[in-house]
Amino acid sequence: MTMIRSAPRLVAVALVAAAGALFAADGLDPAQILKPLADAWPTYSGDYTSRRYSTLAEINQTNVKRLGLAWASRLVAGPGPAVPLRPPAFGPTPSETTVGGVGENDFVGATAVKGGVLAVNGVLYVTAPDNVWALDAQDGRELWHFYWRTRGGTHIGNRGAAMWGNHLFFVTPDDYLISLDARTGRERWHKEIAPFSQQYFLTSAPVVVGDHVIVGTGNDLDSAGYLQSFDPESGELQWKWYAVPMNPGDPGLETWKNLDAARNGGGHPWLPGSYDPETKLYIFGTGNPTPAYTSAARGDGENLFTCAIVALHVDTGKMAWYFQTSPHDTHDWDSAQTPILVDGTINGKPRKLVVTASRNGYYFTIDRLTGERLITSKFSDTANWADGLNDKGQPRRIPAKDHHVAGALVSSNNSGATNWPPQAFSPDTGLLYVPSAEAYAMYYLTETDPRGAMGLGGKDEVSVATMGSYITAIDYKTGRTAWRHRFPTAAGNVGRAPGLLATAGKLLFGGDISGNFFAMDPANGSLLWHARIGGVSNAPQTYKVGGRQHVLVAAGDTLYSFALYQ
Amino acid sequence: MIACAAVARSRTLGLSCLGVWALSAALAAQQGATPPEGGRGRISGAGIGAYPVRPPGDPAALERGTAAFKTNCAFCHGQDARGGDGGPSLLRSALVLADQSGEVIGPVLEQGRGAMPKFAFKPDQVADLAVFLHSFRVAGYDVSRQKPPTILVGDVKAGQAYFNEACGSCHSASGDLRGVATRITDERALQQSWLMPGSMAGRGAPPPAKPRPPTVTVTEPGQPPVSGTLGRIDDFVVSLTTAAGEYRSFRITPRMKVDVSDALAPHRDLLRKYTDADIHNVTAFLATLK
Repeated sequence: MTMIRSAPRLVAVALVAAAGALFAADGLDPAQILKPLADAWPTYSGDYTSRRYSTLAEINQTNVKRLGLAWASRLVAGPGPAVPLRPPAFGPTPSETTVGGVGENDFVGATAVKGGVLAVNGVLYVTAPDNVWALDAQDGRELWHFYWRTRGGTHIGNRGAAMWGNHLFFVTPDDYLISLDARTGRERWHKEIAPFSQQYFLTSAPVVVGDHVIVGTGNDLDSAGYLQSFDPESGELQWKWYAVPMNPGDPGLETWKNLDAARNGGGHPWLPGSYDPETKLYIFGTGNPTPAYTSAARGDGENLFTCAIVALHVDTGKMAWYFQTSPHDTHDWDSAQTPILVDGTINGKPRKLVVTASRNGYYFTIDRLTGERLITSKFSDTANWADGLNDKGQPRRIPAKDHHVAGALVSSNNSGATNWPPQAFSPDTGLLYVPSAEAYAMYYLTETDPRGAMGLGGKDEVSVATMGSYITAIDYKTGRTAWRHRFPTAAGNVGRAPGLLATAGKLLFGGDISGNFFAMDPANGSLLWHARIGGVSNAPQTYKVGGRQHVLVAAGDTLYSFALYQ
Repeated sequence: MIACAAVARSRTLGLSCLGVWALSAALAAQQGATPPEGGRGRISGAGIGAYPVRPPGDPAALERGTAAFKTNCAFCHGQDARGGDGGPSLLRSALVLADQSGEVIGPVLEQGRGAMPKFAFKPDQVADLAVFLHSFRVAGYDVSRQKPPTILVGDVKAGQAYFNEACGSCHSASGDLRGVATRITDERALQQSWLMPGSMAGRGAPPPAKPRPPTVTVTEPGQPPVSGTLGRIDDFVVSLTTAAGEYRSFRITPRMKVDVSDALAPHRDLLRKYTDADIHNVTAFLATLK
């Protein structure tokens, strides 16, 4: 380590210290996450409601045309240069990389930010698989970088970090929960929290609630999904909740062919959940049952508690209620998207609600105190796998639309009517905003062994066409689509917008499918502003630093921060 | 799963999941020819999957282990260890996945487990059984073993009738589609191509039919219309290439007229109308056009 290389870190520490005298010594007080979303962005979704609605209104409909680039910062993943860099004559000075990890491999695929960025005390914490960076929120200058050398695992994405005091938490594709010192990027500890031998991989952003660090698993093989809570100081396990029955007598076992099927039944909680401080319920979604497509091995039942919205008591991990959005899913359509908490009115009565649009093409309004389903609606025009609703308000699957040796034409495609990209809710409009897509694919059964296949095997899904890619705005009181904005495209398979942000400035920010970052009127979808930055890869966020509101978004390996021209 | 497909799995779930791995040249050389073990993001420029590949076992041990398994275990767990009458699949079993050379499965065999009785294997035999169990590829994207021989299950006559009714205004069996089954010999590629020309036949296969790209006419107020092949269009910009090969790009304004003409629009509209039987019948009919 040369003096030249370590110099930027000293600058970094000085900047952190200057950023906020009140919190600099203590980092993030978990109680701060309970406040309405404003200057900071202290957890994956901004706050525990996961509405992604910021009270910041400095940038608003009257001045959004003056929004311009404040800074761009390109992130360089990996162990850092073999030979220490000298400060370049132009461009940013690289910061120090701390290298950890128990493996010997480097993932050298494209770096893409596909998660939430924390903004706390003037510092941004951003992740990609195996990598964490701290940046100055004023101008994007890199403060430190942590790199984890991997054993392997599926490096599909990382949804972000969580913070408790000055401790930072994130997970890796090779199944570690890692705690860093947020001030320096040095490792505090690491802990294997799922067995690598069973091909688990971790992508989720942990969520801090009080003295709990909560994070879920991921896996594409037949395995059990679970959510775990850890002590933020020691990393000690506090509780573990399985999404599927693991022992004789466990609730839901009757919905599986047998215990072995249940124990290998999936249901991974891929994404962070929401938290209701009044009831102390942590509310999140579970993934698809496995094997995903050749489902005979699971029996004919509902396969609880996969593809469900689930509420757990945050101190014990005990389930308070669940609502399954896809009984016996057969298309790998998770219900793992982050659900949103809304205090609303249904039929004239104030209700505490959860609202969510699911990958299967259906929207749900649920009472978050009881789990009672209040509204189901179909927000996908083309979804053709169900023929209506059952008496619980769940879509009723058509088995002939699972797959066929000669192909079954199914909408949506595997990617779903929506997917992980965060939905947003504005209390100003009462609308839920959903990145959505209408697509058809042929599902060919390729495994005729009646025992089926493992994991995602046994079928070929071959794309046919995308009918449209949209922002869909849904009225939570009725489930009806209030408006839809269709993104024009030259044709082909066009994908889906990457996630949304609503603000009190009466703006809805998001990325389109053509590389534009845009602001819309959340009342009707009219476009108000845009800048083409290339493939937007995460949902936008906003924060305030130095008296100025910023709107932050990632496109691949680069973060862009926009502010009003001053 | 979410994400790649997600994103995802298309990933799902987040959706680009291809990557390459770097590791020491020695390890890469050692594993170079081995298929990846599993997981997305397994594109193996350097020859490594997302999960480690078990080194191949000693052939003699594999032979002994196979024989011991077929004699003692297969009647419950299946000849291929994927499960059978009463016994679960051992390939996805947490115990077997955690095992290296019999140290985890040995105690289970020795003591029995649930409905499974004890087995008096000697330590060497347990190690042989482990070699057999670890000889299978175990991955989230399980490779199909018993593939159906054909996708031609439809009724040719019904397909011909449907074709004449739904497709006859643009296409003809004796005209543009004459000999189509000779040009596109793969059954699935044929089906995908008539459903949506330009559709891929499957992962990695190039589309056998190239459709005409959409055309566009842009009319600015007080200006003559400009037409050409559509390059791209979003909410803000439309671009085209004129017949003379000139690239033109326009900022879209409220007073501008943009007319896109896509020859594939009828194909897209029909997707809402087909039954799966219609599709299978039409494919069976088109497969006769040789």
